[in-house]
Amino acid sequence: MTTIAPPPAADAPTARPALGDRLRRFAPLSPTLAAVAILVVLFVGAELTFGNFITPRNLSALLLDNAYLIMLAVGLTFVILTGGIDLSVGSVMAFTGILGAKMLADGIPVLVVLPAMILGGAAIGALIGALVQYFDVQPFIASLAGLFLARGFAFVVSLSSIRVEDPVVLWLQSTRLRIGDWYLTPTGIIALLVVAIAAAVLRWTRFGRTVYAIGGSEQSARLMGLAVGRTKVIVYLISGVCGGLAGLMLTAYSGAGYPLNGVGTELDAIAAVVIGGTLLAGGQGYVLGSLVGVLVYGGIKSVISFTGADQSWTRIIIGGLLLLFIIVQRLIVARADRR
Amino acid sequence: MRAVLRSRLLWPVLALVALVVVNTVARPSFLGITVRDGELYGSLIDILRNSAPLMLVALGMTIVIATRGIDLSVGAIMAVSGSVSLTFIDSSSDPDGVGTVMIAIVMGVALALLLGVWNGFLVAVLGIQPIIATLVLMLAGRGVALLITDGFITTVTSAPYRFMAQGYLVGLPFALYVSLVAIAVIVLLERRTALGMLTEAVGINPSASRLAGVRSRGIVWGAYIASGVLSGVAGILYSSNIMAADANAAGLYIELYAILAVVLGGTSLMGGRFSIAGTVIGVLTIQTLLSTITFLGVPPAVSPVFMAAAVIIVVLIQSPRVHGWTSAAAARLRARRTPERTEVTA
Repeated sequence: MTTIAPPPAADAPTARPALGDRLRRFAPLSPTLAAVAILVVLFVGAELTFGNFITPRNLSALLLDNAYLIMLAVGLTFVILTGGIDLSVGSVMAFTGILGAKMLADGIPVLVVLPAMILGGAAIGALIGALVQYFDVQPFIASLAGLFLARGFAFVVSLSSIRVEDPVVLWLQSTRLRIGDWYLTPTGIIALLVVAIAAAVLRWTRFGRTVYAIGGSEQSARLMGLAVGRTKVIVYLISGVCGGLAGLMLTAYSGAGYPLNGVGTELDAIAAVVIGGTLLAGGQGYVLGSLVGVLVYGGIKSVISFTGADQSWTRIIIGGLLLLFIIVQRLIVARADRR
Repeated sequence: MRAVLRSRLLWPVLALVALVVVNTVARPSFLGITVRDGELYGSLIDILRNSAPLMLVALGMTIVIATRGIDLSVGAIMAVSGSVSLTFIDSSSDPDGVGTVMIAIVMGVALALLLGVWNGFLVAVLGIQPIIATLVLMLAGRGVALLITDGFITTVTSAPYRFMAQGYLVGLPFALYVSLVAIAVIVLLERRTALGMLTEAVGINPSASRLAGVRSRGIVWGAYIASGVLSGVAGILYSSNIMAADANAAGLYIELYAILAVVLGGTSLMGGRFSIAGTVIGVLTIQTLLSTITFLGVPPAVSPVFMAAAVIIVVLIQSPRVHGWTSAAAARLRARRTPERTEVTA
């Protein structure tokens, strides 16, 4: 106690390798890069095993089959980046899907139906956001209420499946813009567009920086004078809007609205976001990572259907991957805490 | 009177009483209990009997939430334990034998215990956020259950197995006894020993309690194991009720109902103080609400709207902002009253 502490070594900063410093700047990227690596390994492994896995047709179908999940994952990424969670996304998708199908069946023009679907999702998102922000309800419980509400509304609209005959909605799915064997449907284009917009918003706007700041530390963000309350509500609103769009995608994809659609999809979406490298504690992650997460999820599904194995393996493997990623994230967070 | 008004159980009990009153007004037969062959029948008995699986799951959830955790995998554990038990009975040569059923139950519960150990390991040892740690099993568990049942809904006939959910013992449903035993065991463990206090200490401040010498790791781990075992028993009761192992439908959304029951009962999701009595009341409230919805002729599928309304009302009542409004209103009332009183005394 009485000994005088030696002066701090002057060469301490230079002793650190510059390479480490440079690598550390990319530390937040590493889970996402790991997801990309898994995606590549998955695809290459499947190609080596089956021989005809990486075909333009198969990869195009991957985007088409999972367009709705991409939408949900994008919205959820915003919420999770702020450190929240939204359990309602699957139910919102079912609700807006059956709402749209019912309105179309009643002869309401598609120009009214599409905004109504998005507004329906936005309303539930806004409700969750208001509960979280203004009534201090935990996101888990608030979005649980949203889940029940949306699922119930879906059944209020219709107890059974409703076919969609509307040419515009079916066009979203059936049109194929071909380049050789590659093809892209309007749903796929919308999904990619939404990913691009979301990535740009998070990267280059004040709103996006606020989202990251809230996830890093809500208190600090507030002390910095950022619009924390408004941003948190908007984040849930975005998730609701994405749920509405996902409802449109799924309705176009299956050609029908069904109130039991998407039971448990919220978990798939959360898993995709986490596998894509977004930290559940908030503050770290990328929308593009979530896109990769969805593709990993879809890739596993199609690999399993290639092997002809039971689809129940999909859930088990996704669970295992999720575990792998949260342990990776745990290590990253632990290292960040030590610094 | 003040003690009653301050009790945390006041609102949960009032909600339950209000529901029972509404039901009794809507159909006077609601409170009626008839005796047939020495066995009791009636809406109230049905509610008690049907609430057994949710009761078990919610009790486990209460302990887990008290440690500041959450267990999303309870429904998946239910599906696994029911699938294992029924698959074993299905493959045995003597499905009606008591021994077969005993082994089946032990297998189901033992597997559930292992799954609880797994959850606890992820949370208590690896330090993973509970919501995510249990999400892994929530996703994978149903896949495992599907593998066990080979993707089919295994239906069996076995009288002793059926007895657990549908049988009667001394005039009351057997499932009710299972609930009561579970409640008694949890109350004895948590309230008659220091375990409950230690659990609350861990939930209030994990690092402080660890510094104070509480073995928080073991307590947290134990909570997930308890939740797993109770979910396992719940899964067996559920599968006994429908006499089928349905990997997809067994325990669907039960984690949400259980969490709702715990919150309804006044336990905060932030961990710390918990109330077993509150959870019991919460479970009975949910079950009564479900039975009311059915009675009103609402299609069961629409019942989530009512559940959502219930969740929103409850969380609003508990929210600090609404408390602020009500206390401000009360203060205004008092302020309006006080001048009159001063005039009288002056």
